[in-house]
Amino acid sequence: MSLELFKPFIGVESKPVKNEVEKGAIRKFADAIGDPNPVYRDEEFAKTTRYGRIIAPPTFSRTFEYGKIEGLSYKQEGLIHGEQQFEYYKPIYAGDVLYCSTKLADAYEREGKLGKMIFLVYEQKGVNEAGETVFIARSNIIYRG
Amino acid sequence: MANKTFQTGDTIGPLVKPAVTKTQLVMYSGASGDFNPIHTVDEFAKEAGLGGVIAHGMLTMAFVGQLLTETAGIEGELRKFGVRFMNMVRPGDVITCEGKVTDVKTESGQQIVSCDIWASNEKGDKVVSGRAEFAVPA
Repeated sequence: MSLELFKPFIGVESKPVKNEVEKGAIRKFADAIGDPNPVYRDEEFAKTTRYGRIIAPPTFSRTFEYGKIEGLSYKQEGLIHGEQQFEYYKPIYAGDVLYCSTKLADAYEREGKLGKMIFLVYEQKGVNEAGETVFIARSNIIYRG
Repeated sequence: MANKTFQTGDTIGPLVKPAVTKTQLVMYSGASGDFNPIHTVDEFAKEAGLGGVIAHGMLTMAFVGQLLTETAGIEGELRKFGVRFMNMVRPGDVITCEGKVTDVKTESGQQIVSCDIWASNEKGDKVVSGRAEFAVPA
Protein backbone atom coordinates (compact mmCIF):
# COMPACT_ATOMS: atom_id res chain seq x y z
CA MET A 1 0.00 0.00 0.00
CA SER A 2 1.51 3.31 -1.01
CA LEU A 3 1.30 6.66 0.69
CA GLU A 4 -1.30 7.83 -1.85
CA LEU A 5 -3.73 5.27 -0.47
CA PHE A 6 -3.43 6.62 3.09
CA LYS A 7 -3.69 10.29 2.13
CA PRO A 8 -7.49 10.43 1.64
CA PHE A 9 -7.88 9.26 5.25
CA ILE A 10 -5.81 12.02 6.85
CA GLY A 11 -8.10 13.89 9.24
CA VAL A 12 -10.81 11.21 9.12
CA GLU A 13 -12.08 10.23 12.56
CA SER A 14 -13.78 7.07 13.77
CA LYS A 15 -17.24 7.16 15.29
CA PRO A 16 -16.68 7.43 19.09
CA VAL A 17 -17.07 4.16 21.01
CA LYS A 18 -18.53 4.02 24.52
CA ASN A 19 -16.07 2.53 27.03
CA GLU A 20 -16.96 1.75 30.64
CA VAL A 21 -13.94 1.86 32.92
CA GLU A 22 -14.11 -1.19 35.18
CA LYS A 23 -12.17 -1.45 38.42
CA GLY A 24 -11.42 -5.13 37.72
CA ALA A 25 -9.86 -4.20 34.39
CA ILE A 26 -7.71 -1.57 36.12
CA ARG A 27 -6.55 -4.09 38.74
CA LYS A 28 -5.67 -6.68 36.07
CA PHE A 29 -3.75 -4.07 34.11
CA ALA A 30 -1.84 -2.92 37.22
CA ASP A 31 -1.07 -6.57 38.05
CA ALA A 32 0.21 -7.21 34.51
CA ILE A 33 2.58 -4.24 34.57
CA GLY A 34 3.68 -5.12 38.12
CA ASP A 35 2.72 -1.76 39.65
CA PRO A 36 1.78 -2.30 43.32
CA ASN A 37 0.21 1.18 43.85
CA PRO A 38 -2.90 0.69 46.04
CA VAL A 39 -4.75 3.54 44.29
CA TYR A 40 -5.25 1.15 41.34
CA ARG A 41 -6.89 -1.62 43.41
CA ASP A 42 -7.89 -0.66 46.97
CA GLU A 43 -11.14 1.32 47.25
CA GLU A 44 -10.63 2.10 50.95
CA PHE A 45 -7.17 3.48 50.27
CA ALA A 46 -8.43 5.46 47.26
CA LYS A 47 -11.05 7.12 49.52
CA THR A 48 -8.23 8.55 51.66
CA THR A 49 -6.64 10.24 48.62
CA ARG A 50 -7.70 13.41 46.81
CA TYR A 51 -9.10 11.17 44.05
CA GLY A 52 -11.64 9.49 46.34
CA ARG A 53 -11.98 6.61 43.87
CA ILE A 54 -9.80 4.06 42.12
CA ILE A 55 -7.92 5.60 39.19
CA ALA A 56 -6.14 4.01 36.23
CA PRO A 57 -2.36 3.92 35.49
CA PRO A 58 -0.97 6.39 32.90
CA THR A 59 -0.97 3.97 29.94
CA PHE A 60 -4.34 2.32 30.71
CA SER A 61 -6.18 4.22 27.95
CA ARG A 62 -4.46 1.83 25.54
CA THR A 63 -7.03 -0.81 26.57
CA PHE A 64 -10.05 1.14 25.25
CA GLU A 65 -11.93 0.56 22.01
CA TYR A 66 -11.57 3.49 19.62
CA GLY A 67 -13.59 2.32 16.65
CA LYS A 68 -12.49 2.02 13.04
CA ILE A 69 -11.72 4.66 10.47
CA GLU A 70 -14.23 3.69 7.81
CA GLY A 71 -12.63 2.33 4.65
CA LEU A 72 -9.07 2.29 5.99
CA SER A 73 -7.64 -1.21 6.11
CA TYR A 74 -4.13 -2.55 5.59
CA LYS A 75 -1.89 -5.42 6.59
CA GLN A 76 -1.32 -5.34 10.37
CA GLU A 77 1.67 -7.70 10.40
CA GLY A 78 5.06 -6.09 10.63
CA LEU A 79 3.82 -2.72 11.89
CA ILE A 80 6.33 -1.05 14.19
CA HIS A 81 5.21 1.12 17.09
CA GLY A 82 7.74 3.93 16.86
CA GLU A 83 6.54 6.50 19.39
CA GLN A 84 3.75 7.04 21.88
CA GLN A 85 2.65 10.22 23.62
CA PHE A 86 -0.06 11.07 26.11
CA GLU A 87 -1.52 14.34 27.30
CA TYR A 88 -3.61 14.04 30.45
CA TYR A 89 -6.36 16.51 31.32
CA LYS A 90 -8.26 14.55 33.98
CA PRO A 91 -7.67 11.31 35.87
CA ILE A 92 -9.39 8.21 34.50
CA TYR A 93 -11.60 6.93 37.33
CA ALA A 94 -13.08 3.47 37.82
CA GLY A 95 -16.74 3.85 36.88
CA ASP A 96 -16.09 6.51 34.24
CA VAL A 97 -17.88 6.29 30.92
CA LEU A 98 -15.59 7.55 28.16
CA TYR A 99 -16.29 8.02 24.47
CA CYS A 100 -13.13 7.17 22.57
CA SER A 101 -12.26 7.86 18.96
CA THR A 102 -9.22 7.69 16.73
CA LYS A 103 -8.16 9.62 13.68
CA LEU A 104 -5.33 9.42 11.21
CA ALA A 105 -3.65 12.75 11.98
CA ASP A 106 -0.87 12.43 9.41
CA ALA A 107 0.80 10.05 6.98
CA TYR A 108 4.18 10.68 5.40
CA GLU A 109 7.02 8.82 3.75
CA ARG A 110 10.69 8.71 4.71
CA GLU A 111 13.75 6.98 3.41
CA GLY A 112 15.19 4.87 6.25
CA LYS A 113 17.86 2.25 6.74
CA LEU A 114 15.39 -0.39 5.56
CA GLY A 115 14.27 1.53 2.49
CA LYS A 116 11.12 3.59 2.05
CA MET A 117 8.88 3.59 5.09
CA ILE A 118 5.44 5.08 5.65
CA PHE A 119 4.84 6.81 8.97
CA LEU A 120 1.27 6.90 10.24
CA VAL A 121 0.35 9.26 13.06
CA TYR A 122 -2.84 8.36 14.92
CA GLU A 123 -4.50 10.66 17.42
CA GLN A 124 -6.80 9.06 19.96
CA LYS A 125 -9.07 10.90 22.32
CA GLY A 126 -11.22 10.08 25.33
CA VAL A 127 -14.16 12.33 26.22
CA ASN A 128 -16.28 11.95 29.37
CA GLU A 129 -20.07 12.19 29.64
CA ALA A 130 -19.81 15.90 30.44
CA GLY A 131 -18.10 16.37 27.07
CA GLU A 132 -14.70 17.11 28.64
CA THR A 133 -11.55 15.74 27.00
CA VAL A 134 -9.88 13.42 29.52
CA PHE A 135 -6.79 12.48 27.48
CA ILE A 136 -5.24 12.69 24.04
CA ALA A 137 -2.85 9.98 22.87
CA ARG A 138 -0.65 10.05 19.78
CA SER A 139 0.94 6.97 18.23
CA ASN A 140 3.54 6.92 15.48
CA ILE A 141 3.31 3.68 13.54
CA ILE A 142 5.82 2.60 10.92
CA TYR A 143 4.34 0.72 7.97
CA ARG A 144 6.67 -1.11 5.64
CA GLY A 145 4.18 -2.35 3.08
CA MET B 1 4.69 15.74 55.44
CA ALA B 2 6.58 18.48 53.61
CA ASN B 3 6.25 18.46 49.87
CA LYS B 4 9.27 17.41 47.90
CA THR B 5 11.08 20.22 46.12
CA PHE B 6 12.36 19.45 42.63
CA GLN B 7 15.37 21.12 41.04
CA THR B 8 16.84 21.04 37.54
CA GLY B 9 19.42 18.28 37.37
CA ASP B 10 17.74 16.07 40.01
CA THR B 11 17.80 12.40 39.17
CA ILE B 12 14.54 10.45 39.06
CA GLY B 13 14.56 6.78 40.04
CA PRO B 14 16.00 4.33 39.40
CA LEU B 15 13.08 1.92 39.37
CA VAL B 16 14.43 -1.58 38.73
CA LYS B 17 11.65 -3.89 37.57
CA PRO B 18 11.73 -7.66 38.13
CA ALA B 19 12.85 -9.59 35.02
CA VAL B 20 10.15 -9.67 32.33
CA THR B 21 8.56 -13.13 32.10
CA LYS B 22 6.58 -14.89 29.38
CA THR B 23 3.70 -15.15 31.87
CA GLN B 24 3.79 -11.37 32.23
CA LEU B 25 3.50 -10.99 28.45
CA VAL B 26 0.44 -13.26 28.47
CA MET B 27 -1.03 -11.24 31.36
CA TYR B 28 -0.35 -7.96 29.56
CA SER B 29 -1.89 -9.29 26.33
CA GLY B 30 -5.06 -10.15 28.26
CA ALA B 31 -5.15 -6.91 30.26
CA SER B 32 -4.47 -4.68 27.25
CA GLY B 33 -6.35 -6.56 24.55
CA ASP B 34 -3.23 -6.63 22.36
CA PHE B 35 -3.14 -10.27 21.28
CA ASN B 36 -0.48 -9.95 18.58
CA PRO B 37 1.16 -13.41 18.74
CA ILE B 38 4.69 -11.94 18.42
CA HIS B 39 4.32 -11.30 22.18
CA THR B 40 3.07 -14.72 23.22
CA VAL B 41 3.81 -17.46 20.66
CA ASP B 42 7.52 -18.28 20.23
CA GLU B 43 7.05 -20.18 16.95
CA PHE B 44 5.16 -17.25 15.44
CA ALA B 45 7.76 -14.73 16.62
CA LYS B 46 10.57 -16.88 15.19
CA GLU B 47 8.83 -17.10 11.83
CA ALA B 48 8.48 -13.34 11.91
CA GLY B 49 12.27 -13.14 12.21
CA LEU B 50 12.30 -11.95 15.83
CA GLY B 51 14.07 -14.99 17.24
CA GLY B 52 11.37 -15.46 19.91
CA VAL B 53 8.66 -13.48 21.67
CA ILE B 54 9.25 -9.79 22.40
CA ALA B 55 7.56 -7.61 25.02
CA HIS B 56 4.87 -5.10 24.08
CA GLY B 57 6.45 -1.65 23.77
CA MET B 58 3.53 -0.36 25.82
CA LEU B 59 4.52 -2.67 28.70
CA THR B 60 7.93 -1.01 28.89
CA MET B 61 6.25 2.38 28.65
CA ALA B 62 4.03 1.34 31.59
CA PHE B 63 7.17 0.62 33.65
CA VAL B 64 8.31 4.21 33.04
CA GLY B 65 4.77 5.35 33.91
CA GLN B 66 5.17 3.67 37.31
CA LEU B 67 8.44 5.57 37.88
CA LEU B 68 6.66 8.85 37.04
CA THR B 69 3.61 8.28 39.25
CA GLU B 70 5.84 7.18 42.14
CA THR B 71 8.01 10.28 41.66
CA ALA B 72 5.05 12.67 41.44
CA GLY B 73 3.38 10.98 44.43
CA ILE B 74 -0.31 10.66 45.19
CA GLU B 75 -0.65 14.49 45.40
CA GLY B 76 1.07 14.95 42.07
CA GLU B 77 -0.35 14.61 38.59
CA LEU B 78 1.19 13.50 35.35
CA ARG B 79 0.39 15.93 32.52
CA LYS B 80 2.47 14.78 29.55
CA PHE B 81 4.29 11.55 28.87
CA GLY B 82 5.92 10.49 25.61
CA VAL B 83 8.50 7.93 24.53
CA ARG B 84 10.26 6.62 21.47
CA PHE B 85 10.70 2.85 21.29
CA MET B 86 14.37 2.11 20.62
CA ASN B 87 15.14 -1.55 21.25
CA MET B 88 13.20 -4.75 21.76
CA VAL B 89 12.63 -6.17 25.25
CA ARG B 90 12.63 -9.94 25.71
CA PRO B 91 11.66 -12.32 28.52
CA GLY B 92 14.48 -12.37 31.08
CA ASP B 93 15.40 -8.72 30.55
CA VAL B 94 15.70 -6.61 33.68
CA ILE B 95 14.48 -3.10 32.89
CA THR B 96 15.67 -0.08 34.84
CA CYS B 97 13.71 3.17 34.53
CA GLU B 98 15.38 6.51 35.23
CA GLY B 99 15.09 10.19 34.54
CA LYS B 100 16.53 13.63 35.01
CA VAL B 101 14.72 16.89 35.79
CA THR B 102 15.29 19.40 32.97
CA ASP B 103 13.13 22.32 34.17
CA VAL B 104 11.01 23.39 37.14
CA LYS B 105 8.47 26.22 37.03
CA THR B 106 6.27 27.45 39.85
CA GLU B 107 2.72 28.15 38.76
CA SER B 108 -0.28 28.87 41.03
CA GLY B 109 1.08 26.96 44.01
CA GLN B 110 2.39 24.05 41.98
CA GLN B 111 5.79 22.97 40.77
CA ILE B 112 5.64 22.04 37.10
CA VAL B 113 8.46 19.57 36.58
CA SER B 114 9.79 18.68 33.11
CA CYS B 115 12.07 15.69 32.79
CA ASP B 116 13.88 13.38 30.41
CA ILE B 117 13.03 9.75 31.08
CA TRP B 118 14.36 6.49 29.77
CA ALA B 119 14.53 2.76 30.40
CA SER B 120 17.48 0.45 29.79
CA ASN B 121 18.07 -3.28 29.80
CA GLU B 122 20.73 -5.01 31.90
CA LYS B 123 23.29 -4.53 29.11
CA GLY B 124 22.76 -0.77 29.33
CA ASP B 125 20.96 -0.45 25.96
CA LYS B 126 18.17 2.11 26.04
CA VAL B 127 14.86 0.49 25.19
CA VAL B 128 12.69 3.61 25.44
CA SER B 129 13.53 7.28 25.79
CA GLY B 130 11.34 10.34 26.07
CA ARG B 131 10.05 13.26 28.07
CA ALA B 132 7.40 13.89 30.69
CA GLU B 133 5.85 16.73 32.63
CA PHE B 134 4.15 16.49 36.02
CA ALA B 135 2.74 18.90 38.56
CA VAL B 136 3.29 18.59 42.32
CA PRO B 137 2.22 20.89 45.17
CA ALA B 138 4.88 23.58 45.78
